[in-house]
Amino acid sequence: MKHLLNAHDLSHEEAVLILDTAAEMETLTDRSVKKLPALRGRTVVNLFFEDSTRTRISFEAAAKRLSADVINFAAKGSSVSKGESLKDTALTLQAMGADAIVIRHSASGAPQQLASSGWVDGSVINAGDGRHQHPTQALLDAYTMRKHLRNNTGDLEGVKVTIIGDVLHSRVARSNVQLLHTLGADVTLVAPPTLLPVGVQTWPATVSYDLDESLPGSDVVMCLRVQRERMNEAFFPTEREFSLRYGFDSERLARLSDDVVVMHPGPMNRGLEIGDAVADSPQSVIVEQVANGVTVRMAVLYLLLGGGPADEGTPR
Amino acid sequence: MNQPATQPEVTIIEGARPLGGDPVDVVIRDGVIESIRTPGDASDPHARIVRGEGLVLLPGLVDLHTHLREPGREDAETIRTGSAAAALGGFTAVHAMANTSPVTDTAGVAIQVWRQGRAAGYVDVRPVGAVTVGLEGKRLAGLGAMADSAAGVRVFSDDGRCVADPLRMRRALEYVKAFDGVIAQHAQDHRLTENAQMHEGVVSAELGLEGWPAAAEESIIARDILLADHVGSRLHICHVSTAGSVELIRFAKQRGLRVTAEVTPHHLMLTDETARTYDPVYKVNPPLRTQADVDALRAGLIDGTIDIVATDHAPHTHDDKTCEWDVAAFGMLGLPTALSVVIATVGDGLGWDGIADRMSTVPARIGRMTDQGRPIAIGEPANLTLVDPDARWIVRAADFPGPSRNCPYEGMELPGKVVATFYRGTATVLDGELQW
Repeated sequence: MKHLLNAHDLSHEEAVLILDTAAEMETLTDRSVKKLPALRGRTVVNLFFEDSTRTRISFEAAAKRLSADVINFAAKGSSVSKGESLKDTALTLQAMGADAIVIRHSASGAPQQLASSGWVDGSVINAGDGRHQHPTQALLDAYTMRKHLRNNTGDLEGVKVTIIGDVLHSRVARSNVQLLHTLGADVTLVAPPTLLPVGVQTWPATVSYDLDESLPGSDVVMCLRVQRERMNEAFFPTEREFSLRYGFDSERLARLSDDVVVMHPGPMNRGLEIGDAVADSPQSVIVEQVANGVTVRMAVLYLLLGGGPADEGTPR
Repeated sequence: MNQPATQPEVTIIEGARPLGGDPVDVVIRDGVIESIRTPGDASDPHARIVRGEGLVLLPGLVDLHTHLREPGREDAETIRTGSAAAALGGFTAVHAMANTSPVTDTAGVAIQVWRQGRAAGYVDVRPVGAVTVGLEGKRLAGLGAMADSAAGVRVFSDDGRCVADPLRMRRALEYVKAFDGVIAQHAQDHRLTENAQMHEGVVSAELGLEGWPAAAEESIIARDILLADHVGSRLHICHVSTAGSVELIRFAKQRGLRVTAEVTPHHLMLTDETARTYDPVYKVNPPLRTQADVDALRAGLIDGTIDIVATDHAPHTHDDKTCEWDVAAFGMLGLPTALSVVIATVGDGLGWDGIADRMSTVPARIGRMTDQGRPIAIGEPANLTLVDPDARWIVRAADFPGPSRNCPYEGMELPGKVVATFYRGTATVLDGELQW
């Protein structure tokens, strides 16, 4: 594995290896000294063409805990806004000797272009591209589910995951559907038909327009962010109607088992796709997802740059 | 490298097979086919001899849809390099689309384009006039003035944009009847394709690229067929890309309407699966569709529902194609590879007769060109293309004349090689090489 571009590219074995490595990272960083020497002398560049403070600092924390040097490159003037081109930016980073480039871009496919262009030698890690993929988000979500439902070992065979909200515009949904399928989970997507892509019927997931019909039996309920502006583009009539039909509120939560795991990739629109009380409920692991994000990204950086399975030269 | 070097008065093409038929010798004098003889019969001590044994002789190809980029984007293509690319691909005439800068919406620009084509000397460059001023879809461009000018414009198109307003489309269809013009519609509902990047379907859903639904093309075609019927006008539909569009055109033809349609070589060969590379060389408008669409387009071209192949040759600079998919320009090169792609995809179904019909005779007729797309016969203008049907070649865009390299067939091995092209008797290409 040289790059991480797409959740679909991960085999079952690779995905479980990343989760197992993350579990090991977690025990190691539970100590008072959180830093490991594994990537000392390596350079990780966070190349962000799109604002995302939370993802950037998550990658930054992960790289620093592995003792890598971190360069944050906020490419404000991407070629999308007629600034420096992706190619020229990439060549600049290559000249600086980046061992890994963590890229976030508003254009779907930009990380794949970077990885296949020959412009850079280092590993490329997709930190979210357009509405395409966000594989480390899917990994941290799977990790969180595994911790709560499978004692943090193995895969997610038979886990029932219901994903609600704006699937059409969501890279989180696309990545999660693929990775959860690889790990054996059963995924149901629930959204108004306008917020599901044409072609969704070929995805390895059940698709439903009816939230109340889909929720029973869920082990995990994941809400996706719905941008309020979408109603201006006629994706749904009003916020109120959206939250009535598709909002995961306290009443809907109360009908589920106390063990259900409630997730959200953030940032949340409280009262729209997720109820205020639901976000703060005991079943909510939304804050824990953030912590797991650092752990999983450590595992990804370690495996891509450290060049081997965790049991070989594992930092101890 | 300006005008053609002096060429002999007489050329004899020996032993070539017109439309794949029996071998003959073709004698060309003063730009005209002087005689057609049994092989070995023709002789002239001063003649240039072109060996045609094993080769197929076609009427010079005619492209109804070419972007030459001049004036305005000479960094991507010029009339000279684009018409050289055409000659290399076996063409003797091209229709230069109007979306230049300035737009070809006046007789002045049309004449300028036409003159530059004459100066280059490789092919007839026939300007296409804009339907509306600045392609803005509002006021009609100077349609009659362009038609009456030396450029003799007969094809009008806002290509790149759709004439969206149904009333203006109706008026344009009606107005050009006065000089036997035709409106070539770029069928695209803009509201349904805002920020669209590729065909909307299974692949776009996975890749997270904004979709361009087939219905956005088909709804405009359906509307325009009804309008053309109502006002009794000629209508030409550019770059048909969907199976549904083929059905609509079939319906129009069954009703006896004067509706013609073109398909591009790339829509006959490539599908939306290519977008998985995120390489913008595959970004084109209308987008590459599914295999089912490709199959329907091939069948439609073979059965005559689709009248012609047109290249939609669209050069773009390296910068405009070496960037994120979302911001890359739409379009791909097509002239040098068109005949080979047609042979590869529908050659068996069409035969040489059919290829000559779809790539020369009918496009010339739609464009109302009188001395292009003519039969290979005594007294006809010597616009001829000599093809090696058995040759295969590896596409290398670096070998093409213009500065642009956005060729989707790069590295592919294609069948059929243009050996020679004669434009009014002048060899623009010999042994597969441009002559100047």
